[in-house]
Amino acid sequence: MMEEAKHGPPALIGPDDLELLIQALTHSGRQVVGPVLRDEAIVYDHIDSIADLPAGWTDRQAPGHYTLEPRADAAVFGYAVGPHSWKRFLHPPVQTVWSASRDAGDGLGFDLAPDPARPYAFVGVRACELRAIEIQDKVLRDGATPDRAYVARRDRVFIVAVNCSQPAETCFCVSMDAGPRAKTGFDLALTELLDDDLHQFLVEIGSEAGAQMLAGIPHRQADETALSQANAVLERTSAGMGRRMETDGIKELLQNNPDHPRWDDVANRCLSCGNCTMVCPTCFCTTAEDTGDLANRTAERVQKWDSCFSLDFSYIRGGSVRSSTRSRYRQWLTHKLANWIDQFGTSGCVGCGRCMTWCPVGIDLTEEARAIRAETGVPK
Amino acid sequence: MAKLSRLAVWKFASCDGCQLTLLDCEDDLLDLAGAVDVAYFPEASSKMAQGPYDLSLVEGSITTAHDAEQIRDIRAQSKHLVTIGACATSGGIQALRNFADVSDFVAAVYARPDYIDTLETSTPISAHVTVDFELQGCPIDKRQLLEVIGAFLAGRKPVIPQYSVCFECKRRGNTCVMVLGEPCLGPVTQAGCGAICPAYRRACYGCFGPMEAPNIPALSEQWRQLGAGKRQIRDVLRTFYGWSDPFRRESEAHDH
Repeated sequence: MMEEAKHGPPALIGPDDLELLIQALTHSGRQVVGPVLRDEAIVYDHIDSIADLPAGWTDRQAPGHYTLEPRADAAVFGYAVGPHSWKRFLHPPVQTVWSASRDAGDGLGFDLAPDPARPYAFVGVRACELRAIEIQDKVLRDGATPDRAYVARRDRVFIVAVNCSQPAETCFCVSMDAGPRAKTGFDLALTELLDDDLHQFLVEIGSEAGAQMLAGIPHRQADETALSQANAVLERTSAGMGRRMETDGIKELLQNNPDHPRWDDVANRCLSCGNCTMVCPTCFCTTAEDTGDLANRTAERVQKWDSCFSLDFSYIRGGSVRSSTRSRYRQWLTHKLANWIDQFGTSGCVGCGRCMTWCPVGIDLTEEARAIRAETGVPK
Repeated sequence: MAKLSRLAVWKFASCDGCQLTLLDCEDDLLDLAGAVDVAYFPEASSKMAQGPYDLSLVEGSITTAHDAEQIRDIRAQSKHLVTIGACATSGGIQALRNFADVSDFVAAVYARPDYIDTLETSTPISAHVTVDFELQGCPIDKRQLLEVIGAFLAGRKPVIPQYSVCFECKRRGNTCVMVLGEPCLGPVTQAGCGAICPAYRRACYGCFGPMEAPNIPALSEQWRQLGAGKRQIRDVLRTFYGWSDPFRRESEAHDH
């Protein structure tokens, strides 16, 4: 059964009504972003209509591999997460923080970069991604020094979540307690229900804004059959996780094993290319690049996604603190799965599997963690 | 107004493409002309003023005894010396001679081989004189060139990252071509191009040279799993940056 519905009972809509929802979000002045097919992958980009969604496609993922395949049905959300995550929109890869220019006299004028004019509406946010946004909130919004641009985007976003129906070989949200069911952090949550000749979506309402948006489109109250169908979808997804992460005692396991030989082993395979951190939906690190023009009239500070896999990342006077690949990989995994808990009160991993799929050499973090545990035993 | 810095642009064995990148700067070229005194740049002007120079940009590799002598003279006349491009920083495509006998090439190409006086090897400028900064790329990137010149004028460190192409590729939102099945050099190649090739679904072929900490044996292993043969791996590493240490060592491991 669904949880107690605070903002209204679950509803049912059809594909035509989902189209009306996308139109309504657009008409409300939002820029609607959702999954689209591009460059042989399902990525997130601007959408105008349900016709932009990858109907009838799914993905096949493995560490270091991703391929698209046609589905036997017309599901519009029948795939797992792709190379993009929503941090691309809430915490963009490259953004100007401020610019400065000389005024007519000899003074300097500073301008903060303007906030984006239109709020976003995200369509198709998975449970693991809701958790990732919640984790980035802790880092970028709720801490002592909030990231102004992040807060401006985050506080205005409208989120249409989707409960996963098709886990990938690389998925382990169940292990991380981050899915597959969207529980909080959305305005509306859909579960796609496909029968032989019936295509509909169960809609759960997560906020007043969600209730208002739903009120504007045709819908009917969900019956018991639809509710149990939706539950069956989620049970199937939970049972279909391709990976598993043992999280019991993982903080102590990693923190107590900085000299484990497995770090040397993984360092032989790791390219130090930074892909895992770039695709990770919770990795938040940025660098600031200050540049000026040749005439010495203007300057600007640009914030870019950075990665703990670059040497510059830990550069202090005299050199890089983490000069070996071994120390950089250990930093990434130990921070993600262990030190994050001390720092932010939660694991930094949501079990989305992107770091495995998009690692060019297919390093599987669940396998690395397992190897350290197998040769160590969990400290109790 | 302070006296303008004097800029010189030099050419050794190369295709001129990196110098052309400077001439390609369009609107920024006017700013550059306003910010420096272009004292010596034969590709652009027949006015060639004597040294000393505040900043010398050097294109091309050293392939003759005369080159080797001239670069020492240029160094002596230059307060700062910056090499631009793959030839000047690693020996360039012409460093293929380093893996073979140059007299065979000379005999195959020229009607009168006895007219040709050349060294056995093509070597980077840094093998001959002290270099203050090396700008990578075949050719170099215009934005990066302006950043380096601007940084030298302002007396600050240039913002030229040495991490992998993957950083720029992911920021750009490209889908990884290697994960889609195509062997790519991006993970071991230095950023700076803006990940142009993967943006058009083409694999990176390493024209910015090795990144700061390349693990090329691990990449080669994955290339083999994707179906690449020994010769393909050797040849791709021996293209623009074949004589750079990391690419050379791994290509030699695939020689036989």
